[in-house]
Amino acid sequence: MTKAKRKRLIYNLVTFGLVIGAFIILENMIAAKAISRSLKGQLVPICAWIIMAVSLNLVIGFSGELSLGHAGFMSIGAYTGAVVSGWLVAAFDMQDPILRLVLTILAGGILAGIFGVLIGIPVLRLRGDYLAIVTLAFGEIIRNLVNVLYIGTADGNLHFAFLNKEMPANVTMLVDGAKGAVKIKPISTFEVGFVLILITLLVVLNLVNSRAGRAIQATRDNRIAAESMGVSVTKYKMMAFVTAAVLAGMAGALYGLNSSTVVPTQFTFNQSINVLVFVVLGGLGNVLGSIISATFLTVLPEVLREFADYRMLVYAVVLILVMIFTNNPTTRAIADRLFAPVKKLFHKDRRETAGGGDVK
Amino acid sequence: MIFLDNLINGLSLGSIYAIIALGYTMVYGIARMLNFAHGDVIMVGAYIAFCGLQYWGLPPVLAFVVAMLFCTCLGITIEGLAYRPLRQATSLAVLITAIGMSYLLQNIALMIWGANPKSFPTTFINGSSIRLGQLNISTAAIITILANVVIMVGLTLFTSRTKLGKAMRCVSEDRGAAELMGINVNRTISLTFAIGSALAAIAGILLCSSYPILQPTTGSMPGIKAFTAAVFGGIGSIPGAMLGGILLGVIEIFGKAYISTELGDAIVFAVLIIVLLVKPAGLLGKPMREKV
Repeated sequence: MTKAKRKRLIYNLVTFGLVIGAFIILENMIAAKAISRSLKGQLVPICAWIIMAVSLNLVIGFSGELSLGHAGFMSIGAYTGAVVSGWLVAAFDMQDPILRLVLTILAGGILAGIFGVLIGIPVLRLRGDYLAIVTLAFGEIIRNLVNVLYIGTADGNLHFAFLNKEMPANVTMLVDGAKGAVKIKPISTFEVGFVLILITLLVVLNLVNSRAGRAIQATRDNRIAAESMGVSVTKYKMMAFVTAAVLAGMAGALYGLNSSTVVPTQFTFNQSINVLVFVVLGGLGNVLGSIISATFLTVLPEVLREFADYRMLVYAVVLILVMIFTNNPTTRAIADRLFAPVKKLFHKDRRETAGGGDVK
Repeated sequence: MIFLDNLINGLSLGSIYAIIALGYTMVYGIARMLNFAHGDVIMVGAYIAFCGLQYWGLPPVLAFVVAMLFCTCLGITIEGLAYRPLRQATSLAVLITAIGMSYLLQNIALMIWGANPKSFPTTFINGSSIRLGQLNISTAAIITILANVVIMVGLTLFTSRTKLGKAMRCVSEDRGAAELMGINVNRTISLTFAIGSALAAIAGILLCSSYPILQPTTGSMPGIKAFTAAVFGGIGSIPGAMLGGILLGVIEIFGKAYISTELGDAIVFAVLIIVLLVKPAGLLGKPMREKV
């Protein structure tokens, strides 16, 4: 086993271990009723945000493209979840909540994935700033369209309407335009959320460490070099983009079925920026970092009520400072010097064993 | 008549987009970065003008000048503090910083002025209108369109005739070569930000004279749409920004009037996507070659 492989294995094991450990502790706390009500209510959203952050990290950190419309995929998932869940009850009288939840999450993921492909085909032909602004545009278009979308069930059939509400008389509305998805029966559970996180981690970590994942990272590091080595840039960027879209759709379904209503204003550009902050603060390309920062930044505003007013202000400052400190040559040199003793401590034995084997 | 009314509204809105788009396009052309915070400089300019009139009791002209000066300083400060340290960084890092800056401005405005929308005073440009037969043209629309033409001509003359303007064009063409020719690149970029931000202040005041609701998020949507306009016209090109802005304004107003009010924004963004797919360099832009 090479050193790089061992390092990766340890990283993956630590990531899974921490997630599973946290889950076991939380489950025991819930069983012992040692957990506050507000935190318990936060558990499912935390799961959803972790999945959002990890999937966005796949796009930004690994394929190196800035997607500003991630909340759009989440909203597709949330709406699909609300509609499918309502339809399954109305058409098939399906009462088992777990089965219904799993089916709706799958549906949310698939539909978001289809949109991911549709959006990805034009978007991924572009580069850099253009790509970012077009993903933003798509996010806004999705929000705009959902605002005038009406879906209802009558006699077990789904009825769709666009722009104007033309529905049969005995209809039960599932999605009611600007009012959003209404009368959802909350069926999301923490356990399903946890399993979804594990699936996300399995997918993302496996993808990143595979041949395809290396190709994705190669297109990020140097597009021209990767292309000349025969890596199809569009194909691999598409792979990362669509995988992230599917995961975001699943997270959206989980999130949407956690409350009784979903409104279009929940999935604005601001929400995409929120997830971006999770990713940047956790570290671009660092899955474990995304998990930790998503968790803390979701819990923190709840715990520190006074802090909630300044949340976006602090986020903004954090974004700027993290970017300057990690990208400016001067600040990087200072940071390297500051952390040098710490780094030496960890890397000491490795340098001795490596001998002259590493050539830079 | 309704058609002509819409056309004039579209031209007026488009002129505002065009003025904002000029700021985007100049900064993008020279610093190769998407200044996401540009839209929020508009909002700051409008708030300063609002304060000047409402709280400090300044005459309109003076309030206008104060807002412009403030935004100019703000633009230079933003560039110096946040963007200059990242001159060599990847475009991803710069873009994320710019988004952070946009949120910072919005939230500072939220803390100072609160979330409640303020109604922008009509003392700048009074709400009167001119009648031409059956047509009602508001003074605000006329002034906006005229201001747009003046700015456009002024900027074109500035970049083609003056030494500073030529330096700006040099830097946008080849930064390294410009530096070798003795052009102070940092100062030129600062100057670009200063001009762009002063234009943003003008745009903010014009925007709020036509749509007098002022809140911390006032600038973000017009900002994004103006960027769309800049891309539409070909980013980096001053006449392109003008053309793109006006076309986009007309498309938005007509889309809202004849297709659907709710889908106005979606139509604008759909235009952006179609343009980027069919003509990625924009209407008047030159396609950029990639050097290995």
